[in-house]
Amino acid sequence: MRLTEAQAKLLFAERNIPVPRSRLVTTPAEAEAAARELGGGDGGPARHQAMVVKGQVGSGGRGKAGGVVFVENPIGAARAAARLLGSELKGELVVAVLVEEAIDVAAEHYLSVTVDASAGRPVVMRSGRGGIEVEAMVDEIEVFPLDPVDPASTPGIADGLERSLVELFVKCDALIVEINPLAVTTGGGLVALDGKIELDDSARFRQAALHDRFDPGPAPTGSERERRAAELGLRLIELGGEVAVLANGAGLTMATMDAVVAAGGRPANFCEIGGDAYTKATPALELVLAQPGVRSLVVNFCGAFARCDVMTEGVVEAWERLRPQLPVAFSVAGTGRDAAVDLLRSRLGVEPHPSMEAAVRAAVAAAAPATTEGSEV
Amino acid sequence: MPDPLIVTRRHRVVVHGMTGRQGTFWTERMRDYGTNIVAGVSPAKGGSRHLGLPVFTSAVEAARAGGPDSGIDVSVLFVPPAGARAAAADAAQAGAHLVVVLTEFIPVADTMAMVAEAREAGTTIIGPNTAGVVNPGETFVGFMPAFDRRIFAPGSVGVVSRSGSLGTLTAVELTRAGYGQSSFLGIGGDPVSGTSTAEAVRALDGHRRTEAIVVIGEIGGRKEEEAAAVVAASDKPVVAFIAGAASPPGKRMGHAGAIVEGSTGTHDSKRRALTEAGATVVETPWQIPGALAALGVAPSGV
Repeated sequence: MRLTEAQAKLLFAERNIPVPRSRLVTTPAEAEAAARELGGGDGGPARHQAMVVKGQVGSGGRGKAGGVVFVENPIGAARAAARLLGSELKGELVVAVLVEEAIDVAAEHYLSVTVDASAGRPVVMRSGRGGIEVEAMVDEIEVFPLDPVDPASTPGIADGLERSLVELFVKCDALIVEINPLAVTTGGGLVALDGKIELDDSARFRQAALHDRFDPGPAPTGSERERRAAELGLRLIELGGEVAVLANGAGLTMATMDAVVAAGGRPANFCEIGGDAYTKATPALELVLAQPGVRSLVVNFCGAFARCDVMTEGVVEAWERLRPQLPVAFSVAGTGRDAAVDLLRSRLGVEPHPSMEAAVRAAVAAAAPATTEGSEV
Repeated sequence: MPDPLIVTRRHRVVVHGMTGRQGTFWTERMRDYGTNIVAGVSPAKGGSRHLGLPVFTSAVEAARAGGPDSGIDVSVLFVPPAGARAAAADAAQAGAHLVVVLTEFIPVADTMAMVAEAREAGTTIIGPNTAGVVNPGETFVGFMPAFDRRIFAPGSVGVVSRSGSLGTLTAVELTRAGYGQSSFLGIGGDPVSGTSTAEAVRALDGHRRTEAIVVIGEIGGRKEEEAAAVVAASDKPVVAFIAGAASPPGKRMGHAGAIVEGSTGTHDSKRRALTEAGATVVETPWQIPGALAALGVAPSGV
C-alpha cells in the first residue's frame, strides 16, 4: 500500500523527523481556514506568508504534473484547493489536499531507505542533491547497504534523522521510506518537505493496525471494472484492444498478450487469475466481457498449482449464465487438463485448440474486422 | 561437485507443511514420481504419521531420527507466509543443502533475512513464490505437473523461469517439438529471491546433461540484465523469452514481480542485454523450439 504524503508525514512526525506544520483538508473553505490558522494572514498583501497546497496522491512526479501549488495567502489556498480537488493527478483522483507552511530552503537533499532486490538487502540512499526524480540523479547517490537480518543494527548508520528513518522502515515493514526533498533550512535545520512510504502488503498479517489506520490509501483509480476487480482481489488492467485475454499467472498472461500482438491483434486487457485467485474465473470473465470494444476472447490456462479444471469450471459457469455472442478460443495444458477438456466438450460443446499458438491466432482472426471475403474479384 | 539445484532420487526430501491440503496433494504426486520423500514436518503434529510417512515437529528432529547416519538433503515449504522464515532456518539447521520455498506473499523483510541466514549456513534457497524444480523422469519438488508426459519429458534442454505457469507452458512447447528437458528451475516471481536468474543459468551451464538453456524472464527488476554476463560466458546455446513486451509501463502486472518504473526493467533493456550476450530472444513462447533448432540443437528424449 502506497501512503499519501500526509500519511507518510504523520509517521515521520511520530519518529521525531521534522515536517512542516500542515493541515489535511477536503474542501476549498477548509483550505482557506487552514491557511489562516497556519499563519497565512488575513488575505491582504501586508502579512504575506507563503503556503503550499499539495494534492494527495500515491504517485511520484506530482510536482511536475502541477500537483504542488505555492500561494501567497488564504484566498490563494482556497483557489488552489478548488482547482486540485476532484482533478486527476498522475491517473489518481485527488480527494484531499495538504495545506502546508512554506519553508525557507537553503539546500535540498535526498534520503531514503529501500530494498535492493538484486542484493537482497535494504539500503540507505543519500544524496546532497534532492528535489528531483531519483532516476535523474542515480550517479550522485551514495548507497549504504544494511544488514539483511537486522537492518537497524548495521554499524555506520548516521545518528539522528537517518537512524529514525531506518527504524521507521523496519518497524512498519516498508518497501520504501523516502524524504525527497530533505530541506536544509536557512536556519540550518532539517525538514522533510515531501515524504513517500510504501508498505509491504504481504506484511499485513503482523501490521494490521498500521494498515487499517491508513486504509483506504490513495483513492482507487481506473475504470469501474478495474476497481471492481481490485475489490474482488483480481488484477485487471484494461488496454483498449479487441482481443480479451484470460490466463493464469502474471507471466503467462503477459506472454499471451505479447502473443496476441505477435499474431497481429491488440490485447483488450491484462486479467490474471493465478495463485489464490484461480477460483475466481467467473467474476474475472464477467468483467473482461463487459469491456467495450471486445470482439473475441482467448483463454490460455497452463495449470501448475492452479488447476485447469477448477479455472475452466469457473469460465464454463460464467459462460452458461452470460451466454455471450463472442468467439472464444481455448488452450489448456498442465494440472487438471483432461478434466478441463471434458468440461469444455460436455458443457460448452467447444473443442480446445491444440496449442497456445492456434488459440491465439484463432482469437485474433475472429476479432479482425469483417473481411471482403466473397466479394473479392 | 553436483549442483544443489539438481534434485536426484538419492536426495532425502522433507516436506514442511505436509499434513495440510496442498501439502498432502503434492506430496503424493512427488512421491509417485520418484522423489525420495522421507518425512513431513508439522510443529503441531509431531509424532504422528501421514501418507505412511513419519511427521516430526522440526526438520532438525527428522534429520536425527534415523541415528548417526541419517539426515536430510532438501526441504520444500508448504507453509503460510508467517512461518516461512522459521521453517527455512529449521531446514538449514537440519543440514538441508536446498530449500524450495513455494510460499507466496512472504514479507520482503523476511525473505531478505531468510536468504541471508541460509547463505550463512551454506544452504541454497530457491524461491519464494516458486512452483518448484523438476528433474524430468527422476524427481520433482514443488507443485509442477511433472507427472504429465505431455508436459515434462527427459532430455537435454535446461529451463530457468520466474513464472510457474509460463515455465510450464514452455515445457509443453518444448516437449511437443521433441525437446525433452534436463532440468526445470523455477526461481519464483518475487523481486527478492534466493536463487537469481544468473545463478540458475550458471547451474545449468555446469550441468553435464544440459546441452542448451532456455531463459524465461519477464519485465521488471534486473534479473535478466544481471544474467547476461553468465549467458555470455557460457558455451551452451541460449534462447530467451521475456514476457511483457505488450504491457504498459507503470502498471503492476501481478502482485509483486512485474512492474516497469522509470527506465529500468523494460522489455527493451532485457532483450538488448541478452541479445548482446549471444542469446536468441524470441517474441512468443512457441518460437522457442525453432530458435533452438536454428542454433543447431537437435531434439532429444521425449
